[in-house]
Amino acid sequence: MSTLIAIIIGALVAAGVYCLLRRSLMKLVIGIALLGQAVNLLVFSANGLKSANPPLIEASAKTLAEGTADPLPQALVLTAIVIGFGLISFSLALMGVTYQKTGHDDIDALTNTDT
Amino acid sequence: MGVFITILGLLVFAFFAPWIHRIAKSYTGWLFALIPASGFAYFISLLPAINAGGVVQYSIEWFPALDTSLSFYIDGLSLLMGLLITGIGSFILIFAQGYLHKHMLQGRFFSYLLVFMAAMLGVVTSDNLILLFVFWELTSISSYMLIGYYHGNEDARRKALQALLVTGLGGVALLAGVIMLGLASESWTVSALLNGSFSAAEHAWYPYILVLVLLGAFTKSAQFPFHFWLPNAMAGPAPVSAYLHSATMVKAGVFLLARLNPALGDTMSWTMALCGFGMVTMLWGAINGLLQTDLKSILAYTTLSVLGMLTMLLGIGTDYAMKSALIFLLGHALYKATLFMTAGSVDHESGTRDVKILGGLRAVMPITAFAAGLAALSKSGFPPFFGFLGKEYVYKAGSYLDQFAPIILIAAVLTNIILMSLALKAGVHPYWGKLNKENYPKSPHEAPLSMYLGPVVLAVTGLLIGMFPGQLVTPLLSPAASAVAGHPVDIGISLWHGFNLPLLLSILTLAGGLTLFALRRRIWYEWSQRIKPPFTFDDLYMACFNGFVAVAKWQTRLLQSGYLRRYLLITFTASLVLISYKLSLFGGIPDNFDLWSANFIEWATAIIIISSLIVIVKTQSRMTALLAMGVTGFGVAIVFILYGAPDVAITQILVETLTLVLFMLVIYRLPAFRKLSGVKTRIFDGIFSVSVGLIITLLVLKAQNLDIAPTISGQFGEWSYLEAKGRNVVNVILVDFRALDTLGEIVVVGIAALGIFALVLKGKGENS
Repeated sequence: MSTLIAIIIGALVAAGVYCLLRRSLMKLVIGIALLGQAVNLLVFSANGLKSANPPLIEASAKTLAEGTADPLPQALVLTAIVIGFGLISFSLALMGVTYQKTGHDDIDALTNTDT
Repeated sequence: MGVFITILGLLVFAFFAPWIHRIAKSYTGWLFALIPASGFAYFISLLPAINAGGVVQYSIEWFPALDTSLSFYIDGLSLLMGLLITGIGSFILIFAQGYLHKHMLQGRFFSYLLVFMAAMLGVVTSDNLILLFVFWELTSISSYMLIGYYHGNEDARRKALQALLVTGLGGVALLAGVIMLGLASESWTVSALLNGSFSAAEHAWYPYILVLVLLGAFTKSAQFPFHFWLPNAMAGPAPVSAYLHSATMVKAGVFLLARLNPALGDTMSWTMALCGFGMVTMLWGAINGLLQTDLKSILAYTTLSVLGMLTMLLGIGTDYAMKSALIFLLGHALYKATLFMTAGSVDHESGTRDVKILGGLRAVMPITAFAAGLAALSKSGFPPFFGFLGKEYVYKAGSYLDQFAPIILIAAVLTNIILMSLALKAGVHPYWGKLNKENYPKSPHEAPLSMYLGPVVLAVTGLLIGMFPGQLVTPLLSPAASAVAGHPVDIGISLWHGFNLPLLLSILTLAGGLTLFALRRRIWYEWSQRIKPPFTFDDLYMACFNGFVAVAKWQTRLLQSGYLRRYLLITFTASLVLISYKLSLFGGIPDNFDLWSANFIEWATAIIIISSLIVIVKTQSRMTALLAMGVTGFGVAIVFILYGAPDVAITQILVETLTLVLFMLVIYRLPAFRKLSGVKTRIFDGIFSVSVGLIITLLVLKAQNLDIAPTISGQFGEWSYLEAKGRNVVNVILVDFRALDTLGEIVVVGIAALGIFALVLKGKGENS
């Protein structure tokens, strides 16, 4: 699976970059979202994907048993997902207001700071 | 201690100067003069101790971790410079009171001048090399303010900037040189460089240190080819020229050379560089000075010439040369400050500095004429003035040399002849001859007490110490010369040495100078018109300056185009190149391709994600794009589930759903997708983004193989229940071990919510 994950991440990045390079505001935000997904997966798989067992301590044990998934990347990705959500919602609001104020959804028309 | 208090006092008063000026009004200059005057008294009180061969050291901790402390070191050389800075400084402050009387920003001017004074004192007394550099830069910055004091004048601004840029360039070089010197000597103090324990000449870095330090000193002291800023700096008011460009700032470079002579000097490259550049500057300044008709310009070029001579003398490096350099330095400071001040008085009281108009002012400005005359006689080297001694010793230094003696002597005699005629032009010509009042822009009259006090005192001092050199100068200059030479040097100065080559040369100089002075009108009216240089160094500077500005404009236009697409392309290209470079360092393309161990569910997930990505990229329907994005998000959630992260998967599903809803809310406010970019662009973007994706894929594969740092996850698994009483390790990490991260995350989401709220309000408010 590790090779497959790498390919998925690469595909997300490629699609994200392609969307960022489009001139439509909407595609821009989609691009940001896709890049975010890619980075989350990257962090998640950075230490290798070793196990399907969630990192939970058994009721009978006091420490985490061997052979469970790495808890640290999971915690990091959890934080990242939520922050990514904040970023996307703000971008969406900004996009809506930008279009409302300027009448453009073409990024190349937004080179003027005075509107 | 006294130095530190003086510097601190100057800075404190500088800060409050504009307010003090509002209260003290026309007494401000007199009041401020008391600060450097008390510094002067302090330096005088050190004289016996230092004359006995001692040094004064004082240190306060500043940045102990960086080996940088506020430490001061006063030996003979520092003492001489300190006396000049504080002594002349007092009179300059008083002079500025009269010269800028009722000028709107006079308070501010005092502020700059006091800062400069503090910086200069710091340069000559710093023991720590970094501290020395800090004060060195402070002199550049404060002199920028002073030269550009008439900031309403565009030309003055340009010239002030020029001085700042040229000396600033040298400052950067000096910083590098000082750091290398500090590293090489493993000690960051001047005193350690002087005590002979470190010999820079044998260090492998010597050539670099030498070039960098010389760049710093040469730009500051306006040595050829950096000489052009000094005549231009005459755009500042007269007190600035009198103080910075005769007695102090330009001497800082010479001081630095003298200071570091024991550490860096006495090598062939040192001697050649100092003698060569010094001699060119000396001749260049003298010859150009001949053609000037502006009183201040004449003085500026003679200063240039003298700076060249001082550098040359330091380069010669014999005891005699050191002696004569110091005698010359002292004499020059006294008479040049006087002449600059009297030139300022003439300009102030008669309205012009053009020597073609000036003449006969003796009748209306007798006291100024007296001071200027004394200074000019000293400068031109008439016995028994101190200037005579200066010249005499230069010849002595030259005639004691084995090599190069003829070249140096001929250059020195030639320069001195010209300098003498220029001295007479600046100090005698304006005051003698016939007074044609109708030629002057305003009716000339005597300057006030504040403006002639300094010139008179300094000029008389020049006469007195020339008459009694043994009593007045030897105790001061002997320790200074010893400090420069690095071993005890006895200065036995006397006026009369019997008939010998130096005396003969002095007589030749006097005769030549008088002849040249007699020819002055012919030079001004005929030669000045005829000689047109093909280019000036000022033009060269401007060409470089404009070149820099043009390059800056061009590259800003290139990088900061205003088009998001271009920023993205630059960013991603840079990332691509850097990542590829790093990959190549770790052995290039990874070899752990293993597609076939994946099971059916994993393959299915990958195919779902990638095909929905293709849909997002290709579709022209906003709805389809959004749904495909949702599919991608849920696909990622499946990956989380497959690899033991149910919490992450749940969050991902929730967030993905919410995101989709938000997108839906906004999507119908925007127009439908259009094909905005052409086919070629799309093909290019496609190739570009696929290559970015490819590199990232390789990066991820490579990262899976590497184990650079030990993981801390095991610790979390151990502590989770025992320390934090939680069985879900991920949750414990979030709310306990890394709770601050979570707090940060909440803050970010909160700020995003506030931002969205504000945006929505703004949108609504302007619609209604």
